[in-house]
Amino acid sequence: MRVTCTVNGEQRTADDVWPGESLLFVLRERLGLPGAKNACEQGECGSCTVYLDGLPVCSCLVAAGQAEGREVVTVEGLAADEALDPVQQAFVDAGAVQCGFCTPGLIVATHDLLAREPHPDDVTIREALAGNLCRCTGYEKILDAVRLAADAQASR
Amino acid sequence: MTWTDVTERPGGVAAGAGGTAGGVGDSPTRPDGTLKVRGEFAYSSDLWMDGMLWGATLRSPHPHARITRIETARALALTGVFAVLTHEDVPGVNAYGLEHKDQPVLAEDRVRYQGEPVALVAADHPETARRALALIEIDYEELEPVTDPRTAVDGSAPPLHPGGNVVRHVRIRHGDPQVHEDPAAHADVVVHGDYEVGMQDQAFLGPESGLAVPAPDGGVDLYVATQWLHVDRGQVAHALGLDEELVRITLAGVGGAFGAREDLSMQVHACMLALRTRRPVKMVYSREESFFGHVHRHPARMRYEHGATRDGRLVYVKAEIVLDGGAYASSTPAVVANAATLGAGPYVVPHVIIDCYGTYTNNPPCGAMRGFGAVQAAFGYESQMDRLADELGLDPAEVRIRNGLTEGDRVATGQLLDSAAPVAELVRRVREMPLPAAPQGVPDLRTLPGGVANTTHGEGVVRGVGYGVGIKNICFSEGFDDYSTARVRLAVAAGEPVVLVHTAAVEVGQGLVTLQGQIARTELGVRQVTVQTADTSVGSAGSTSASRQSYVTGGAVRAACQEVAAVVRRHAAERLGLDVTRLRLASGAVVDADGTEVVGLAELLGDEVVERTVEWRHRPTTTLDPDTGQGDAHVQFAFAAHRAVVDVDVELGLVKVVALDCAQDVGTAIHPDAVLGQIHGGSAQGLGLAVMEEIQVVDGLVRNPSFTDYLIPTVLDMPPMRVDVLELADPHAPYGLRGVGEPPTISSTPAVVAAIRAATGRALTRVPVRPEHLVALAPAGAGARTPEPAVGD
Repeated sequence: MRVTCTVNGEQRTADDVWPGESLLFVLRERLGLPGAKNACEQGECGSCTVYLDGLPVCSCLVAAGQAEGREVVTVEGLAADEALDPVQQAFVDAGAVQCGFCTPGLIVATHDLLAREPHPDDVTIREALAGNLCRCTGYEKILDAVRLAADAQASR
Repeated sequence: MTWTDVTERPGGVAAGAGGTAGGVGDSPTRPDGTLKVRGEFAYSSDLWMDGMLWGATLRSPHPHARITRIETARALALTGVFAVLTHEDVPGVNAYGLEHKDQPVLAEDRVRYQGEPVALVAADHPETARRALALIEIDYEELEPVTDPRTAVDGSAPPLHPGGNVVRHVRIRHGDPQVHEDPAAHADVVVHGDYEVGMQDQAFLGPESGLAVPAPDGGVDLYVATQWLHVDRGQVAHALGLDEELVRITLAGVGGAFGAREDLSMQVHACMLALRTRRPVKMVYSREESFFGHVHRHPARMRYEHGATRDGRLVYVKAEIVLDGGAYASSTPAVVANAATLGAGPYVVPHVIIDCYGTYTNNPPCGAMRGFGAVQAAFGYESQMDRLADELGLDPAEVRIRNGLTEGDRVATGQLLDSAAPVAELVRRVREMPLPAAPQGVPDLRTLPGGVANTTHGEGVVRGVGYGVGIKNICFSEGFDDYSTARVRLAVAAGEPVVLVHTAAVEVGQGLVTLQGQIARTELGVRQVTVQTADTSVGSAGSTSASRQSYVTGGAVRAACQEVAAVVRRHAAERLGLDVTRLRLASGAVVDADGTEVVGLAELLGDEVVERTVEWRHRPTTTLDPDTGQGDAHVQFAFAAHRAVVDVDVELGLVKVVALDCAQDVGTAIHPDAVLGQIHGGSAQGLGLAVMEEIQVVDGLVRNPSFTDYLIPTVLDMPPMRVDVLELADPHAPYGLRGVGEPPTISSTPAVVAAIRAATGRALTRVPVRPEHLVALAPAGAGARTPEPAVGD
């Protein structure tokens, strides 16, 4: 089947999509956007988080056909050209990236959190990121990064 | 030097030496960080090529069976299928393994564990490949699985491999043989315990994956996430029947490793499919397949006996440790050596009697995981230290302080500790950290066990505090020729001196790629350093394991830089008629003893390129005496201590770890920020083993191969951590550094369990601790104390 949707502001079409494919597979394997990650492909780890019509979703749990005509934003689409979004910059600066496999999902989840709640306290940050597994960092520096990003956004 | 926050740390080596920003002791940001946050870093599962096929693996559903028939015709007839391969198609020797080549690339007439690879498919789409796997017909004749590792030790199970089911037995006999005959007669108090550690999974997030590309010369190029490129290459070439030069391996982005990528997974399989189809072949495991596709942490059964004087000094430790290696040896021999040689813990023990066994069974194969044998033993000996404290009426921290190793002591192998071993100091430091306040008034649900599940408002919640200390060997042991190779090239580009560092050392997320650059900046005084992608076109760097890469590859990069610097200094001295011994490199120039610029590197070098390749070794180690386990088998020892604070809902058995504080000696922090990252992450994995992580195996079958059923800590499970870093330089190591990655994984598990024991009074002899161990369903066991309420009136 053919799937057409807006991805990072551009209309994109994928042909010969097997109906069992996920949005994650189409993004990664057909549209050249491997930023969303394939850590569990069962909705447990959050590494594949993307925006679908403005809401963060696990793209591994969205059937490709469900994205038809809708708007998708991936981690690759958060900042234009060479720039970094403040959330991306904060993850680099805070040392919140180790292997980095969880990072794209955490960045989208944090981006969404700060859009809803610009000054979250730690308990709120923890609840908001509870669906994103990280195996390297013990989360300490991820919390630092979220606080740093909140401060950076506040001072913009 | 000590610090708890990077901003408090006094200037590092670079600053002290007037060196270059971003050098040793600084915390520059990762060179791959920007790519990773943009989603543009190419992990092994992100690779893609025109005309690429998808590989898939058919695995045994049985833990033990004879294969009587394999029929692939129907699978091969499916449209879109390009190859179906079995053991008959393995071009070279159908056997591989890190220490014993006992594992088939594809099973022949017998499978020894559930998930053992039997056949391969290459197809035009992953779904086509899956359907083809379903069309392969295999007749199995099921055999009784050997599932109890103790039957290997007592010899009662049928042998699974030639030579029987004991992979290795290490005996430690330290102290006076006459005391060993009846050690209890020499102690005032004796405590016993039987302990169990469940099978932990590394649970890295980036699944096993890679891309194999057939080459016109008959060889193959493999892009893969691994931990040791050259050992992969040797094993792949052996199985493919190719010269090693025809197997070229390039590191693809690694989504975590933690030991699970030491053994081969899809490497040979993808190469076989690529060579057969003459097309690039990509293989990516699903999470479920990943649970079957790599080795796990050895589950352990341990019987410990500790004897001490009335004032709490250890007299002896006696232990039997049985580690289940599962179906194939993997790195079991080395894991056994670690558990045995470190089995008495970070303590002065005059008499040690330890027997440690690694076994073959039909359970999932076990091998390397962060902490590597030291984790299992630590749960045993630390649980014993708490029993001893209880028996003596001593504070648990105090009993550790009284017995803690220090520089100049000898460990259970007789080896002298010839650098810092501040065990008592580490325990004092965590003990002196402030405790979290008890909740006041109506607590926030989100801070209680059960969280927003609204299972308690504080009633039935009790608090406890516990300690753990651990010991780990750094680098490879027992006489292994443990080296790394670095190629360093200094040239001038666009009027600027630039350095290229090339090693085969694997970056798994820990920050080695940053560290190599820091060392080059410090040694060569050059700001612009590029670390080239690791591949097999340069010599071996050894494994990214045993907390060894900062030490060994760091040492190699430093040595290669120093050779390059020597060439440059000699040139400058000759050209300018100066005394070479007074020259050094700093700030992009050759400078004299007082730091004044003599000549800029760009001017001095012009078009010249200075390149040196160096193989660097740490000091040698010896083997263990086969009868006594005595010997200077280890390169370096590292120590960490934790104090955990937990709240337990005793009605539901739910645990919330409230604080997990750590003190660790890191020798010298090369990258202080990354040091903290290792301590945080390692502590989290230890917390996971304490309260949630276990691959549940019943009759040889894995019951929970998913992140739905195998739980790893989320951000809600990890408490804020206070970390106290000591820097007591090791004079034998490059820059005085001490390996950092593993120690925090070792001590956090026993600390968390000790805290739960203190809260609930339950004996808790098994990890992970489960709710049923905490609620009234199970007996409280020995050493029970009355719980104290943490919350409420």
